[in-house]
Amino acid sequence: MKHTLSVLVENKPGVLTRITSMFTRRGYNIESLAVGPTERHDVSRITLRVDCESSPLEQIEKQMHKLVNVLRVSELAPGESIERELVLMKVAAPPAKRAELMALGEVFGARVVDLGTDSIVFELTGVPEDVDSFEELVRPHGLQELVRTGRIGLGRAHRPNRNRPRQHVLA
Amino acid sequence: MRCNGADAILRSLEAEGVDVAFGLPGGAILPLYDAFARGTTVRHVLARHEQGAGHMAEGYARASGRVGVAIATSGPGATNLVTPIADAWMDSTPLVCITGQVRSSLIGSDAFQECDITGITIPIVKHSWLVQDVEELPHVLKAAFHVARTGRCGPVLVDVPRDIQEAAIDFSYPDEVSLPGWKPPRRGHERQILAAAEAVAAAERPILYVGGGVLNADAMTELRVLAERARLPVVTTLMAKGAFPETHELHAGWPGMHGPKWSNWALNKADLIVAVGARFDDRVTGKLSAFAPGARVVHLDIDAAEISKIRHADVPVVGPLKPVLAELARALRELNRAPATEPWLRQIAEWRDAFPLRYRREGEMLKPQLVLETLQELTAGRDDVVWTTGVGQHQMWAMQYLRCDRPRSFITSGGLGTMGYGLPAAVGAKAARPDATVVCVDGDGCFQMTQQELATSVLEELPIVVVIVNNGYLGMVRQWQDMFYEERFSQIRLTHSLPDYAQLARAYGAVGITVDDEADLESALSEALSCGRTAVVDARVDPREHCFPMIPAGAAALDLVEFEDDAAEVPA
Repeated sequence: MKHTLSVLVENKPGVLTRITSMFTRRGYNIESLAVGPTERHDVSRITLRVDCESSPLEQIEKQMHKLVNVLRVSELAPGESIERELVLMKVAAPPAKRAELMALGEVFGARVVDLGTDSIVFELTGVPEDVDSFEELVRPHGLQELVRTGRIGLGRAHRPNRNRPRQHVLA
Repeated sequence: MRCNGADAILRSLEAEGVDVAFGLPGGAILPLYDAFARGTTVRHVLARHEQGAGHMAEGYARASGRVGVAIATSGPGATNLVTPIADAWMDSTPLVCITGQVRSSLIGSDAFQECDITGITIPIVKHSWLVQDVEELPHVLKAAFHVARTGRCGPVLVDVPRDIQEAAIDFSYPDEVSLPGWKPPRRGHERQILAAAEAVAAAERPILYVGGGVLNADAMTELRVLAERARLPVVTTLMAKGAFPETHELHAGWPGMHGPKWSNWALNKADLIVAVGARFDDRVTGKLSAFAPGARVVHLDIDAAEISKIRHADVPVVGPLKPVLAELARALRELNRAPATEPWLRQIAEWRDAFPLRYRREGEMLKPQLVLETLQELTAGRDDVVWTTGVGQHQMWAMQYLRCDRPRSFITSGGLGTMGYGLPAAVGAKAARPDATVVCVDGDGCFQMTQQELATSVLEELPIVVVIVNNGYLGMVRQWQDMFYEERFSQIRLTHSLPDYAQLARAYGAVGITVDDEADLESALSEALSCGRTAVVDARVDPREHCFPMIPAGAAALDLVEFEDDAAEVPA
């Protein structure tokens, strides 16, 4: 079973290495990973997608909590969170095929961000499942290159914000 | 106070109350050693190898309950610390390692003696810091000591580039430091403690399965109060040896691969296991699916990640063991329902009487078990003895035959199983407790891995006694090859007499005694124990002796192999 974890960490050198090293050492596989800044300059957010049963997931969360630079680990439960992913894909598009491909893109809300003599670059932002579907439909046309950001997510707006890191000063 | 970064490190160590540090200088740590030369209250013990310095710091920490400090230079100095760091990680020993690093401007350029020690040690430290600004230094050291000794204890590393050690700073040691991501639990959950008390009160065959966490938590008194009040039998793991008095009527021995049969039976036939600062290590459980099949589990630990990591915990309690054990005892009293354990205690006592440790007493050669038995007899009743060991057969015999009634009196490498740990750990223990009689029970294979620290012991006037249980082989490997590889012995013969350990000891300025006859054993050991100098006893023993009982790797604990099973030729 796949789970998305949202991890708030101190914005310090080596933090990502510490987390990925823990995953490697304990034998957990990361399916996707996205790292970026948050509303606080000293805090970064790591969104991780892992494939495991719930008991290893609990182990992963606890092991991450033990890392000194990790502020908070929370699972983005489906239904209670918004998840998005961005993809860029370069597709073979000889003039005769162009219109068909662009129509396909329109259905998914994909934007054409570049156009060459025989290829198109699409940009699509959406729930990862939609990105999967679009990729599948485009593939037979000759998918030349593709890059995905990995999913990012936030708890839904109606949900109380449990993700804010608490300031903790030791005595 | 205006000083440089190196001075700031020493002033920080002084502020932390560090009285001894163990290390070896080199290029990138020269400014720190210059600061030592300019004066400090921190005693520096010069090791002969950085691995020795690291194990000394571990031995110091284990013997004193304080944070051990090891210092090394960059590159090879730092990598030589990797084994002690890994050892401290596995055994939750609080350790602050300070390494020199090449100048900040050279980092990443493959400079002379440069190596990414913070990167190398990521999987085996609680945290590490590469100091990038001299102004950070006091805060980093404050944080390093705090992280090493709070929560589950363990090693941390502070890597300090040479230019940072040389840079000027207005030093003041902070009273507090902000670590927003470090929040070790401060107390156990009340409802969970009550649930634990109810589980204990309802049990017929409860047992306390005690690990090294009790020593780190300094919770020996609380443990004893709980055990005595509820009349609970106690098994102690290798790491917890001494955490509960071993001559106490409630002590039920030592569980695990070479634990006595009665102890393993007590743990595996219990209907309730109360794990206290223990982690269900494979050396204790044997085949996990067959481990204590009828037992519910109450697990008390400061590290939430240990709960249900190996064995499902029916009642988890996360928190510092000292208050948790005290509250559990109080909750039991308030329940007013103590478990009726007398039949269970009688059963364990019957097993104890039925399954004593046994070994072959015939033949010409000195028996290794007799060496340990004699050491025990010679030191029985003394409260000033601290044992250290290497890893292997001698370590398991030490576990079986030595009786430790006091905490911090048995110092050994458990989780990592580091051969060569014993001698430097003994030097560190002696530095921590100068009045103690520190005895390293070592193997001949182990001794040869760190024997150079005899020089440290002699020159630093930290006299220890090393008893080499010398069977001329890598004995535990020999035992496995004998039992599980159809006696195909491969690369295990070291020989009894090369080197001549007594002569080697004398070359180091220590006392050297060779003994290979039962008749001379007691006098040889007595002489070493009373000479007041660093002494090495080379006890040449029978290499055919195996350590029994034994739970073969992957076998169920209840299927342990006993002495007679493997020795049909021995007369009844």
